[in-house]
Amino acid sequence: MTDLSKTPETTLAKDGAFLSVRDLKVHFSTSDGIVKATDGLSFDLERGKTLGIVGESGSGKSVSSSAIMGLHRGTNAILSGEIMLDGVDLLKVSNEDMRKRRGRDVAMIFQDPLSAMHPYYSVGNQIMEAYQVHNDVTKREARKRAIEMLDRVGIPQPDRRVDDYPHQFSGGMRQRAMIAMGLINNPSLLIADEPTTALDVTVQAQILDLLQDLQRDFDAAVIIITHDLGVVAEMADDVLVMYAGRAVEYGPCKEILTNPEMPYTWGLLSSVPDLTASTEAKLIPIRGNPPSLLNPPPGCAFEPRCDHVAKVGGDLCRTVLPELTPAKSGGNHIRRCHIKNADEVYEAEILPEIAPDLVED
Amino acid sequence: MSDTTTATAASVAPASTETVLSVENLKMHFPVKGSGVIRRTVGHVKAVDGVSFEVAKGTALGLVGESGCGKSTTGRMVTRLYKPTEGKINFEGIDIAGYSGRQLHPMRREIQMIFQDPSTSLNPRHTVGSIIGAPLRIHNMVPKNKVLSRVQELLEVVGLNPEHYNRYPHEFSGGQRQRIGIARALTLQPKLLVADEPVSALDVSIQAQVINLLQDLQKEFDISFLFIAHDLAIVRHFCPEVAVMYLGKIVEIGDRESIYERAHHPYTQALLSAVPDVKQAAVGGRRERIRLEGDVPSPINPPSGCHFRTRCAIAKDICSVVEPPLLQIGKKHKVACHFPGEIHQHPEKPITAPLLGVDEFGAPDPGASPAEVPGDGPGYADTWYDLANNSRGRA
Repeated sequence: MTDLSKTPETTLAKDGAFLSVRDLKVHFSTSDGIVKATDGLSFDLERGKTLGIVGESGSGKSVSSSAIMGLHRGTNAILSGEIMLDGVDLLKVSNEDMRKRRGRDVAMIFQDPLSAMHPYYSVGNQIMEAYQVHNDVTKREARKRAIEMLDRVGIPQPDRRVDDYPHQFSGGMRQRAMIAMGLINNPSLLIADEPTTALDVTVQAQILDLLQDLQRDFDAAVIIITHDLGVVAEMADDVLVMYAGRAVEYGPCKEILTNPEMPYTWGLLSSVPDLTASTEAKLIPIRGNPPSLLNPPPGCAFEPRCDHVAKVGGDLCRTVLPELTPAKSGGNHIRRCHIKNADEVYEAEILPEIAPDLVED
Repeated sequence: MSDTTTATAASVAPASTETVLSVENLKMHFPVKGSGVIRRTVGHVKAVDGVSFEVAKGTALGLVGESGCGKSTTGRMVTRLYKPTEGKINFEGIDIAGYSGRQLHPMRREIQMIFQDPSTSLNPRHTVGSIIGAPLRIHNMVPKNKVLSRVQELLEVVGLNPEHYNRYPHEFSGGQRQRIGIARALTLQPKLLVADEPVSALDVSIQAQVINLLQDLQKEFDISFLFIAHDLAIVRHFCPEVAVMYLGKIVEIGDRESIYERAHHPYTQALLSAVPDVKQAAVGGRRERIRLEGDVPSPINPPSGCHFRTRCAIAKDICSVVEPPLLQIGKKHKVACHFPGEIHQHPEKPITAPLLGVDEFGAPDPGASPAEVPGDGPGYADTWYDLANNSRGRA
């Protein structure tokens, strides 16, 4: 487990972390000003582990992971910070070098496989291309490998389906084909951007099972981006909660979901119904809308929507951006909030609302 | 023997709660045309193949199921955007299934729809005021000079700033746009709202806002909902009654507790076990689940007998021969399975065989006399099949 109880700067030279992102900033210059899509993000990930990134649309989840893939090269994005993958800073390598790494070291699975796959080429062609770019093989060998991968991800009759076009596949099969494409070069880091959001629950369960099996086989590090806390709870080892381009809470999955200490995480937990909660209770939404990233609030970005500002007192929340500090529950759990006794507030006010049955324990 | 299950009885019977909508044996078969000049019809997509249900006044019926199971088609038939191939749609006792466009005009006021994706269901070139005001103008509900004030009133009801009537849809966020769609649906004060995946395009925090808004509106205006969604947790929260669909048929229908606590159909059980649970974090690892292999079969050529048998863990010989009827097994609980039972407690022998007059392998049994199957109709009967005693039960 990575040690993040210290400030991010001191964990910089941490060994063992396979991927280590430090103070990553992705800013876009627009005619209205600079959009700070990601503003100082740090996290670590080891091989064989899964990091879940949670947050609303526009919180910077996808932008940050695209930065790891080097997909902002050639755009007007301004990147700074450090993305160390296996000892190499991905922000410093040349375009040519990054092109060679993309797909081989780092691969990505996109949310909507129908728009992420080319409708004009057969599924097999697209998978073969991913293999041929990084390996000096004949077409025949590439095709054999593509069929092997399709079989591995559970496509029935892979030798026949390999010549099908994306529209001939069902949604779940397309997502499987995307996974086959992502994993064909045995990447050590796999980024799954909302891999199951467009799918039905039963298919979602199949895909999540598959991802876990494959992760075990290939010993890959996985970043799973989602807004579904249930998926995170079942898949992730660590969780990073993002809001307005910054990490607001980060730590082991169990800690974050059972002892959250940041009002935004509380809001996320209380706004989703689950299959066992009382149906009499109203859902407790987070009021308002996410802030504009053009001119985010000067203090805590969540302050305009937060119900707990009064617990801090004064203008602190509105004027001063809270630092990431170790949470009360200890361990590697850090959070960005001014509330001193967040754990007590959670026990006393939030837990009875979201899980009344757990309060007695 | 009860005969309250017939449609006429259901709409006339003085039930404790008034039935707004009663759908009986509704079917929608889309023709599949062959290639070539003549384009003969070569088959049918049986999108909806005989569904029956009831929606009581002021409550909500949830329709759940995987994509392609026909839940949206059902919703569109109830709003009469599609003309059903067969069946009855009794809205307040009047069958509107065969109505022509002109006959439907006054009915449109009563049944309105909320669409899934607010960015594609709102005209980008119209202002919000003109979008919400359109139904008022079409139906001549209020004098022209009063339209604006009514629009502003509606904007306020759904929690938007009334001053914004002059803005265009793109100037709003996703959650706000969905509120505009809801305001438009409310304009004519409908009695029934068909909500087709109203929150699945929204962020979690915004989802809760919209669900709460719908619940408030339901209480305030006493609206009935046909709530179509694939998110089982949201449906459980919103709907006191739930129908589970698979390949054009209802496989299980019942009140919230029957479906979520005592599901008797293997498909419902698999669906419920597939939902990821936040509480799992405390335990770690994945929840034990019933794995469904493969995809939903094609509705052009569905499997014989029970449609679910190709993916069912407990399927036996009879399942491929005889289609299970929707059998009422509780006060408000019907299930279409030959082996209904809670998880790991499915019976050994098909309990439906004697009712249908077949033996346990599905072959016609000359010795048996087919009985009337309780639960064959839109509503719930007073008597039902008691699984524990293999006999007819009563409240």
